[in-house]
Amino acid sequence: MQGYFWFVGKRALQLLAVVFFGISATFFVTHLSPIDPVEQVLGRMTARANFAPEAIVAMRQALTEMYGTNEPLLSQYINFWLRLMRGDLGPSLLAFPTPAMALVMRALPWTLGLLITSTIITFVIGNLFGGLAGYAQDNKFFKAFGIVAMGLQPIPYYIVAFILLIIFGFLWPVLPISGGFAMNVTPGWNWTFVGSVLTHSILPALSLVLVGFGGWFIGMRALVSNVVTEDYVTYAELAGVERKTIVGGYVMRNALVPQFTALAMTLGGVFSGTVITEQVFNYPGMGSLLIDAVNAGDYSLVLAVSTVSVSAVALAIFIVDLLHPLLDPRVRAE
Amino acid sequence: MLAVFRDLLRYNIEFAIGIVLVGLVVIFACLSFFSPVDPSLIYMTIPDQPPSAQYWFGTNSRGQDLFWQLSAAFRNSLMFGLTVAILSRIISIAVGLASGYIGGWVDRVLMFINDIFVAVPIFPVLVLFYFVLRNNLDSFTLALIMACFGWPFDARLIRSVALGLKHREFTRHAVFAGMSTRKVLLEEHLPYVMPIIFSTFMNNMLWSIGLEVTLAVLGFTNINNPTIGTVLYWANSHSAMVVGTWWWIVIPVILIVMTFLGLFLLAISMNEYIDPRSRLRRMGA
Repeated sequence: MQGYFWFVGKRALQLLAVVFFGISATFFVTHLSPIDPVEQVLGRMTARANFAPEAIVAMRQALTEMYGTNEPLLSQYINFWLRLMRGDLGPSLLAFPTPAMALVMRALPWTLGLLITSTIITFVIGNLFGGLAGYAQDNKFFKAFGIVAMGLQPIPYYIVAFILLIIFGFLWPVLPISGGFAMNVTPGWNWTFVGSVLTHSILPALSLVLVGFGGWFIGMRALVSNVVTEDYVTYAELAGVERKTIVGGYVMRNALVPQFTALAMTLGGVFSGTVITEQVFNYPGMGSLLIDAVNAGDYSLVLAVSTVSVSAVALAIFIVDLLHPLLDPRVRAE
Repeated sequence: MLAVFRDLLRYNIEFAIGIVLVGLVVIFACLSFFSPVDPSLIYMTIPDQPPSAQYWFGTNSRGQDLFWQLSAAFRNSLMFGLTVAILSRIISIAVGLASGYIGGWVDRVLMFINDIFVAVPIFPVLVLFYFVLRNNLDSFTLALIMACFGWPFDARLIRSVALGLKHREFTRHAVFAGMSTRKVLLEEHLPYVMPIIFSTFMNNMLWSIGLEVTLAVLGFTNINNPTIGTVLYWANSHSAMVVGTWWWIVIPVILIVMTFLGLFLLAISMNEYIDPRSRLRRMGA
């Protein structure tokens, strides 16, 4: 058990490092760039209306004070961390004066829901079918499945989402292709709302699953076809252990360990996929928020989304890593 | 080298299909060197013409011949993928070999950095770079940024091979013969990791071209530079599917799928070739 605590401690340290470096990088990229947020906002505001020169000067002063860009970089950096600890990243310009963090928190459940469900479905389908395909190598169904998996796997998220959009938007319009729920439904814990949310999530989730399961399938098939040749499997077969027990308890369980490690490593990539999928299907999550923020030149909101997404992905990886020893007793013992 | 190539073609159907697909796309992209029109100019032909004998892939709403437009776009995207792959290979070879061979605290520090890079979601970071650089973000800068994020997986792979090589007889011989660390790594160990580098090269190209498509489709790159992604960006911004200029979307998508499938098949067949057991199984031995 002491080994497990060491393991957790080491991972926690890594988590903190990732979050610290990720957020610091976000800060320095935005603050060392030659582009001044104050001038950006000012440019956008003055483009839409006529202002007196004095008003512009006053506005520049107010904005400089708000962003704190007149202070030295180091104190800005310390300030940034102090404010971040309180969860405050300044007001969003997109929906002034709503705090940027409030917008992010509103979008976060959508992205998390989509990400978690589709990752679990992808992982289960890919590994289950991949494991069975590795065990029954001559099965025609799994061979066909393997070809489909291989054909879908390398295609970028955007293209798959886009093809789904064309199929279900133009050719066979049965599923909703835009938004998180129907416009005429009031949010709340009732069946119409939940049902609406579920039907709206089918296409975004489907596009993530279609791209994702192939990698797991191919990996698991290769792993299982190696494990099957091990002596203990032959022994179990000769000893008359039931097929189900061999596949489930001996073969799959051993092959699943490296797949679980891989799960933690792919989460960052899956998050990127989610961002794109959300944009294609106009889903009200973090991805859409990020893209809107960039298009509107909203400095605080871009910072808030990047900060939260870096931390959330790091945290997710940490959690998967913690679950790992529960699956593999050898890691626990180390 | 040629014998390896012949064996792969003969015994590995995936490799054969992959080479045909990638070959077609590369030839198509190379045609852009003989392009009669400058692909960055607009309103050079009649807009919205369906595919015909004169315009093989039709023309788009911006008055560009899609055949030459796509040809230039694929050349730019493939060049982009190559640049990212080469740059990130250099980083991953350096980190992987050094980390595996030297070991100790060098290994620990490098792998710690490695783990940080693995955990950072790349897409928000790229969007952030676009956000601050805007139109200064040309494709070489983008390639440089992506290369900085594309190495950690492969560095770990190379490190695991280098760890095995470290305790082999020939490494000890080389060290006793007075070879410097740099020489051992470059002349003794590098040839052993070359096959891995080739197969990860393809995967890295897939990854970087895919990301570029995504960024460009959202309009987060220089949209006047024809690439696979910007072609789709313009098609979307002219609502090609709604207006009925389907060839503007369908033809690029078919070509993209060909490229990705081809590169992917090359990568996995090379991966299989590296593993001698699966190679023998395939050759029927």
